[in-house]
Amino acid sequence: MKEVIHTPVPSVEEEEYHINMGPQHPSTHGVLRLVVTLQGEIVKKLKPHCGYIHRGMEKMCEKDTYPQIIHLTDRMDYLSAHINNHAVCLLVENALQIEVPERVKYIRTIMDELCRIQSHQLWWASFGMDLGGLTCFFYGLRDREKILDIWEESTGARFLQSYYTPGGLMWDIHPDFQKHTKEFLKYFRKKIKDYEKILSGNVIFRERSRNIGLMTKEEAISYGVTGPSGRGSGFSCDVRKHHPYALYDKVEFKEILYQEGDTLARYMVRMDEMYESMHIIDQLIDNIPEGDFSAKMKAVIKLPAGEYYQRVESARGDLGLYCISDGNKTPYRLKFRTPSFSNLSVLDHISRDLKIADLVAIGGSLDLVIPDIDR
Amino acid sequence: MASNIYDTFVASITQWIHSGLYNLLPPTWALIVELTIIGLVFLLFYALVGLFLVYAERKVCAFMQNRVGPNRVGLYGIFQTIADFIKLLMKELVVIKNSDKLLFTLAPFIVIIASFMAIAAIPFAKGLHAIDFDIGILYVIAVSSLGVIGVLLAGWSSNNKYSLIGAMRSGAQIISYELSVGMSLLTIIILAGTMQFSELVQGQEYGWFIFKGHIHAIIAFLVYLVASTAETNRGPFDLAEAESELTAGFHTEYSGIKFAFFFLAEYMNMFIVASIGATVFLGGWMPFHVWGWSGFNQVMDYIPPSIWYIGKTGFIIFLMMWFKWTFPRLRIDQLLTLEWKYLLPINLFNILLMAFIVLMGWHF
Amino acid sequence: MDLEKLKERVLTLVPEAEFEENKQFLTFFIPAGKLHATAMRLKEDEDTAFDYLFCQSATDMGKYLMVVYHMESTKLGHAIVLKVKTEDRQNPAFDTVCDIWRTAEFHEREIFDLLGIRFNNHPDLRRLFLDENWVGYPLRKDYQDEVNIVEL
Repeated sequence: MKEVIHTPVPSVEEEEYHINMGPQHPSTHGVLRLVVTLQGEIVKKLKPHCGYIHRGMEKMCEKDTYPQIIHLTDRMDYLSAHINNHAVCLLVENALQIEVPERVKYIRTIMDELCRIQSHQLWWASFGMDLGGLTCFFYGLRDREKILDIWEESTGARFLQSYYTPGGLMWDIHPDFQKHTKEFLKYFRKKIKDYEKILSGNVIFRERSRNIGLMTKEEAISYGVTGPSGRGSGFSCDVRKHHPYALYDKVEFKEILYQEGDTLARYMVRMDEMYESMHIIDQLIDNIPEGDFSAKMKAVIKLPAGEYYQRVESARGDLGLYCISDGNKTPYRLKFRTPSFSNLSVLDHISRDLKIADLVAIGGSLDLVIPDIDR
Repeated sequence: MASNIYDTFVASITQWIHSGLYNLLPPTWALIVELTIIGLVFLLFYALVGLFLVYAERKVCAFMQNRVGPNRVGLYGIFQTIADFIKLLMKELVVIKNSDKLLFTLAPFIVIIASFMAIAAIPFAKGLHAIDFDIGILYVIAVSSLGVIGVLLAGWSSNNKYSLIGAMRSGAQIISYELSVGMSLLTIIILAGTMQFSELVQGQEYGWFIFKGHIHAIIAFLVYLVASTAETNRGPFDLAEAESELTAGFHTEYSGIKFAFFFLAEYMNMFIVASIGATVFLGGWMPFHVWGWSGFNQVMDYIPPSIWYIGKTGFIIFLMMWFKWTFPRLRIDQLLTLEWKYLLPINLFNILLMAFIVLMGWHF
Repeated sequence: MDLEKLKERVLTLVPEAEFEENKQFLTFFIPAGKLHATAMRLKEDEDTAFDYLFCQSATDMGKYLMVVYHMESTKLGHAIVLKVKTEDRQNPAFDTVCDIWRTAEFHEREIFDLLGIRFNNHPDLRRLFLDENWVGYPLRKDYQDEVNIVEL
């Protein structure tokens, strides 16, 4: 049955005009089209148009086996590739009640935290670039290369590694993994002070981000904004604390919360999270136990019939996998609850009555990754 | 006395050309030929300096960003800009359907002419300048203000929302900051007592104005640095061409040689404001002299005045490039707030104080 | 509030609710007509306080279409799952909950886009990912598309 759906034409008052930002635009990181209604320089309304990178992942998952789904989830939020894979592995392992070896848990936690640091490094690089400090881009990416080198050594790929499998890891880590990770931590602890001098301490940057894009805690909860964007408004939503997985109940780390809810708060949450991630890795890197890199799994993985929900904390927020299985080797339905999807929905609300330059700053502080929205 | 050896060198060449022409041709023709030669020399100078500045910016920015910059075309990439300009010359001149064609073509020329006229008054060495008005500084400020007309015309005639927004922002910015530039220069004019460029430089014989005028000259210099960066649309004040926000601002619709004109004019404007700053605050072509140390002064005189001039201008240009690649951008309202609520009152106060100090004789 | 009390509270609110055994969270099927009222009560009552809707999804279960609401309380820490279903495949419709949880706006648009379920009183119900003139709802099990789907 063919339905004709008329897109409502936004009403145009005197002196209002529309501007199209995207889908190709230097400051929307990915293919997102924003139709912004402006009155002079003030943003009156914002309509995001998604779907430019919709690949039909949920439909594909209905025909893919669980190990194959790992490769799909990599490409969903490509900056938290390891964490997305971790979600699928945990889903299968908890459903089948398999206990993975300690070594696997250590390595997975360390890799996840490295993933979080590298995602925040890229975020910082592009946030600085959007605001006009082009040098930040080069500094952020230069330091991120060190993490990518560590990954290339152990997993074989710099990006989109698909390293975890249900039951454990694809293969064991490189013998130099611990040494290189410790070198990286020592190096980055010095460099992050530079980041603070260039942006955090700069008066121009503070004026551009203080009191911009205010989001109260109730709004964050209602819109479902999680991750560093939600924690900048005081919404305590860290899945690692509330529903711990891997080794997060055994390491000591703080959940970073700021109460102001503006762009500067969201920025500071991410900067502090980089310190916390380094602290977590410090606690684990010297104690990786010996053992297998994978538990024994059957060749064909079939989840018993039922519904399963698995949550992990990706670099952007609360990633949820909702799986309905009917006992076959492919899920009947797999729904990805992605953090950027909910984070995008609040963009219209918090950028009312601000200027275009502020819109760019807010979009950068929410840290949207568009394939995460569109799947 | 300042550099005798080099003065005679420059004076003798100009004298030789002058007398040669007047001997060969009737007076009117000689005048015309002389003026044409000067014009051509300036055009060449303009083009060469522009070329060099573009290359310098790319190299300076590359080193700050931990990379190398152009290094393929020629030794250390020195011919990179020439390659860029050849490319720009060969690009298609896209004609916009509903634009005002006359204004569209005219806009880049106005910007170039404004900056060209300003270069004419600046002294590069003793006696080496095209014109020496006795209202030198006033002339330069007035003429560089003409550039804003070109910017506004470019934005308007492009028939494009983005260009219009960019041009309006740019126009507001330039007009606001001209006030600050003018007033900080006024502070030094009060100290020096003259607006003529050659007198200004001569007056700095026993110490540059930035040292003579101590605190107030330093304040004026800092205000001048900030205001001139803003006036040339550079550095943290480059909203008009903010690439990450609204494409390329007022010159979005320009391509090929016309875009090259805007690009060149931006670098030449930077050169002009740096030259004026160097001449007024840092002594122009006058070497670094200290009152009473005549031996030291003699040694300083051995370095040619043009080298001094280029060194000082280069230093200010380096500062401006440093600003651009370090700081994030200001928003339009923050920019205008900075001017009207902070720089302007500081300037007014500074002028009053400087006048008081000159009256009381409390300067060096 | 512990699970037994929560179960009783929901059954008091909606006596027709069907409780599902052996699920990860406390799960109820409720009749479509009572959806909005129940959701509102669950959010506003102080001892349930479900203010965070963390997942809204829909599935084509073959015989019926089902919408699943996963919600959590940030103050009290408990979680609950509400499900509604309809057997009407031509014109499935439920009440919107986006006046209760603003995150539902985008989730319901996605459900409408991929499964064709309408939501009454939604402020702006139109397709989210696919083109405006796309025919069909891809996540339904009977969706055929020779052009875009490659069957191996």
